Amino acid sequence: MYAIEMVGINKTFGSLKASNDVHFCLEQGEIHALLGENGAGKTTLMRILYGLYRPDSGDIIVDGQKAQILSPKDAINAGIGMVTQHFTLVPTLTVAENIVLGHTHSHTISKKDIEEKVKAASEKYGIHVEPSTLVKHLSVGERQRVEILKALYRNAKVLIMDEPTAVLVPQEVDVLFESLLRLVKNGLSVIFISHKLNEVMAVCDRITVLRDGHVTGTVKKVDTTQKDLARMMVGRDTANMVHQTGRQTGAPIYEVKDIHVMGNHGLEALKGVSLTINKGEILGIAGVSGNGQSELTKVLTGLLTPTSGSVTLEGQDLTHAAPSEITKAGVGRTPEDRHEGMVGDLTVAENLALEDLDKFTHNGFLDNKAIHKNAEMMIKDYQIKASPNDRLRNLSGGNMQKVVMARALSRNPKVVIASQPTRGLDVGATEYIRKKLVEERDRGAAVMLLSEDLDEIMALSDRIAVIYEGCIKGILSASEATTEKLGLLMAGAC
Amino acid sequence: MFKYKLVRSPAPAWMRILIPIVAVLLSFLITSIFVLVAGANPLEAFYNFLIAPLSSQSSALEVLVKSTPIILTGIAVTFAFTAGYYNIGAEGQLYAGAIAAVWLGIKLPGLPSYAIIPLMIIGGFAAGMLWALIPALLKAYLKIDEVVTTLLMNSVIMYFVSFLLNDYWRNPQSGYPQSPDISEAAHFVRLMPKSRLHVGFIMALVVVVIVYILIKRTPLGLQMRASGANAAGARFAGLKVSRTMLISALVSGGIAGLAGMGEVAGIHYHLIEALSSSYGYTGIIVATLGGLHPLGVLVAGLFIGLISTGSQTVSFALGVPVYLGDIVQSTLLLVILAMLLLQNYRIERR
Repeated sequence: MYAIEMVGINKTFGSLKASNDVHFCLEQGEIHALLGENGAGKTTLMRILYGLYRPDSGDIIVDGQKAQILSPKDAINAGIGMVTQHFTLVPTLTVAENIVLGHTHSHTISKKDIEEKVKAASEKYGIHVEPSTLVKHLSVGERQRVEILKALYRNAKVLIMDEPTAVLVPQEVDVLFESLLRLVKNGLSVIFISHKLNEVMAVCDRITVLRDGHVTGTVKKVDTTQKDLARMMVGRDTANMVHQTGRQTGAPIYEVKDIHVMGNHGLEALKGVSLTINKGEILGIAGVSGNGQSELTKVLTGLLTPTSGSVTLEGQDLTHAAPSEITKAGVGRTPEDRHEGMVGDLTVAENLALEDLDKFTHNGFLDNKAIHKNAEMMIKDYQIKASPNDRLRNLSGGNMQKVVMARALSRNPKVVIASQPTRGLDVGATEYIRKKLVEERDRGAAVMLLSEDLDEIMALSDRIAVIYEGCIKGILSASEATTEKLGLLMAGAC
Repeated sequence: MFKYKLVRSPAPAWMRILIPIVAVLLSFLITSIFVLVAGANPLEAFYNFLIAPLSSQSSALEVLVKSTPIILTGIAVTFAFTAGYYNIGAEGQLYAGAIAAVWLGIKLPGLPSYAIIPLMIIGGFAAGMLWALIPALLKAYLKIDEVVTTLLMNSVIMYFVSFLLNDYWRNPQSGYPQSPDISEAAHFVRLMPKSRLHVGFIMALVVVVIVYILIKRTPLGLQMRASGANAAGARFAGLKVSRTMLISALVSGGIAGLAGMGEVAGIHYHLIEALSSSYGYTGIIVATLGGLHPLGVLVAGLFIGLISTGSQTVSFALGVPVYLGDIVQSTLLLVILAMLLLQNYRIERR
């Protein structure tokens, strides 16, 4: 009998099949990894199990009995607990208060009483917490322990951990793994969501690999290798794919040297990233999201100052330059998130003029005619389906991205930073944006393409760098890059 | 839990115009309850609120007098809000402008009008800016919430005014907490005989036009609108968001200072504690009602001026409290804020 059985789970969001006839079985007392790239459907599946999403079809069987899990409350009652990447603790309450929150069964609370209860639970499960400390004074690792104890306190028999190591320093990871192994010995079953091969191989008993919403296989750890897992994770039909092999590129022009940046959780988000791009070259940056791509984009576009390292364009130092100076120096900057990087409430024409207001100012006043004319020209050049006076936020994603590209490319930049340029776009718009990037390359620009879409990276790049936990794990030329090699690097295999 | 949900979808143009009108009607419907409780006939009350003040020349001009400071504070608030700086301190900045105007008007008695009036305008503007400076710096460079700091600065200046009037400027004969009068030359010219309408109203109109041009036609205005709508997007485009915010906060303070200066030179000729009847706060209502558009603010300012003139007529004619006017204003704001949601959202059945 399985602790959890998920049978024939289907879930679609719009046109996206996030779960496609998924079968998943969790044995009693095992650590079972759910492995996959971004968008493979790991988190969707677990949110279904925890009652956050309702599946379109399929059954969930808990301890041999069909269960109706319509809300997290149902999941908790069925003995399922979940620890997400974003903790759900109340920072201004104590550890004990957080743990009993919503599970008190009375109208009054005795502080001493709950602290004793939490202390007892802490000893029982061997997870050390200090019941009377305020959560806001805890480190990320300690908060995670509180989250785990909170789930166990609610009598969880099954614990879902969503990328638990993403926010931890290495020492904390070791502590977490020790705790999990001990808990499993005492009968807990754990589902461990991850995209990191070495972690999965270190603690898990069995591994289920997801790709594009369906299961590509469930294997025992002892029967598999990191290489096999990488192939299951990213492997795909690559017969029709054109690679940019054997192209001649120009001289080096843009150099990123040993960049360090602090991230949100007090961990270093970039740990010494060094890259060089040549003229007439597309350098792809592949990686699972959250490995430092956002921070790298921010550094290169001038939104974030690195703690150390340098960025130079043809010898000109741009490390501490403001966004406007970087643009002037000849870098075409596009934001990672087009909604954040543009001003939705302004018109298309105003957004297109925003980077270069001096050019559109005449005697101290805005030259609205010139702004309008500029917009009309770009709308024609970039086949944007909009008129200059439309508010940007009313455009479709594809047209909005075209506005982003039009603004960045209109000055014929020497370097183009394209970050997730086709994320969320339909096929037509995606094709168009990719064609534009190739045109830029052919014009002689050095293009840096940061994308989570491995197919895109492989189809466009002359060279591919893989970023993993804030480090460049390796740089491959288009001819030597295979999905298997990239998959291993992206999953952090050594 | 709810049967309905909000879906993001911009309203068509006709609806954008309809929203304030429906809001006004709805507010009257709601405030009718209070009118009834006060023992008056709602229709009669609203006749006195809206029509009666316009039926005679003198009371119609009084509407313009009442509107003058409200239009200015409304424009001041609009200028700051446009750049995403939530200046709640127009009330305090108004008093700062008034203090400077009174001080200049007392200290320079010999100057002719063409010298002292411009000096007072500049002084009032500068004082308003100065009073806005500290919260603006705290916001621009330390990200300290301006809603709290600008609001607190209002209390600070009220105590300072109280100190001035009870000590430094206290009238030695009468002992009233009232400053000495400014010189005759420092008075704003009256525009019409037998009315209080003064040049300050023209000044307000000029400010409306200048601010309209600044916001819609200059690079600064575009930078302000971009920063206010999406600071991250503006920053990405290379705009200096903090600096833009600082400028708009200071200019906003200056305009509010002009409102205080205008009340001194046009109406009171001296400083008193009750110089403003919450014109700074009413400015927030006016700015919101006017949709942060300078011309909309002008219309909203005149409308609120009408209601506050009308509230006196109502109280006189029907014997209800003057505060009914405040209730109408406040209800209007709440209804408008609720209905503004419909500009960008649609209600759909689940």
